[in-house]
Amino acid sequence: MLRTALHEIETAEELKKLISENENVMVCCGRMGPMCIPVYDAMEELEVEKPNVKFFSMAFDSPEAWIVRNDQACKGFMGLPFTMYYKNGKVAHATTSIQTMDKIKAVLKDKFNA
Amino acid sequence: MEQKIYDVLIIGGGPAGLTAGIYASRAKLSVLILNEGAVGGQMILTNEVANYPGVEKTTGYHLANSMKKQAREFGCIIKSNLQIANYELSGAVKNVELTDGSIYKALSVIIATGGKPRQLNVLGEDTFRGTGISYCATCDGEFFTGKDIVVVGGGNSALEEAVSLTKYANKVTIIHQFNHFQAFEYAIAEAKENPKISFVYNSVISQFNGNENLQSVSVKNVVTGDVSKLPTQGAFIFIGYLPNTNAFKGILDLNDMNEIITTSEMETNIPGVFAAGDSIAKRYRQITTAVADGTIAALSASDFVAKSKQHHLVMQN
Repeated sequence: MLRTALHEIETAEELKKLISENENVMVCCGRMGPMCIPVYDAMEELEVEKPNVKFFSMAFDSPEAWIVRNDQACKGFMGLPFTMYYKNGKVAHATTSIQTMDKIKAVLKDKFNA
Repeated sequence: MEQKIYDVLIIGGGPAGLTAGIYASRAKLSVLILNEGAVGGQMILTNEVANYPGVEKTTGYHLANSMKKQAREFGCIIKSNLQIANYELSGAVKNVELTDGSIYKALSVIIATGGKPRQLNVLGEDTFRGTGISYCATCDGEFFTGKDIVVVGGGNSALEEAVSLTKYANKVTIIHQFNHFQAFEYAIAEAKENPKISFVYNSVISQFNGNENLQSVSVKNVVTGDVSKLPTQGAFIFIGYLPNTNAFKGILDLNDMNEIITTSEMETNIPGVFAAGDSIAKRYRQITTAVADGTIAALSASDFVAKSKQHHLVMQN
């Protein structure tokens, strides 16, 4: 269980439902660790700033997180968190390890025009 | 509309900045913290804090959140994940301009910008970050289960993390630029006694190599100049911190390591501008020392603001 202000996705089915119902979705799949917390922190701020994007967290150690861990876009990833960007239900981009606010904003602009 | 002039503007939201925020706002001063990253600074990079007095064991994240909550409860405003474009610190009213054009004004400023992990800045470092290169053993160690990895550095962090990584890795090679370690004896002894750890002295990594993932590092012997390739699937880098003071070059007095020079009252060379925490020139960098610096800076700033207001009143009469 993560302790962030973001809504935490608990099952793979819930993730599938959310990306099918929302055009632009960002999911940070990690732990409460030093590389993950700055990403959650940035997402919490962006949640207010960018209403056309839905921001969620998911616990990396949950068995249900297979949906992110086993995604082809994460092949070769060796650093937490795994951050997924879904557009119209499909993976538009994925990043590994810590990301700055600027890097996240750049992806949101590029992939979601947000 | 006239813009608000804060009593104290704090740059940085690590333990020094948050402590300064707690003290200054509790003294009924109007206080704003501007923080470029996530609130908590380097403190949130610490998984276990076991030597903070009065707290038996906690995480850096929890300690940071407690400090943030405490500062906010005293009335301190905290703005994070922003970018500062410009400082004008010499006048009676100090100005700080953000990249979005907004300007914040204050009678005093406390610089608590902390430090950032030092990078090797060699070819391939950016390419393989997250696909072989890591700066956090606790976070990413398990991805290297059964693999051969390298650890770069010779301080306490490097040696302690190398030992912790042997839980996962098949073999850990510590690459260090000198022929001796700067770490404490206990850390050196623990690393040397571990059968999974080997050492490469007088050497630096000159390049990271691979395709999708890291496959080898080019290791240069700094004495002979020889370069050899060491196959590895992971590299953990622990080579210390750099002060976040680039923005203050030419504004504040810095030493040759770019650390801000302060008096014992945390005053800088500019009246009304104070500094605290890992960005200042000092020997020991701990959460406790940052908290102490932040306390002193806040009390000094409070005193400065009180005198400034008194002086202003006298001039008006």
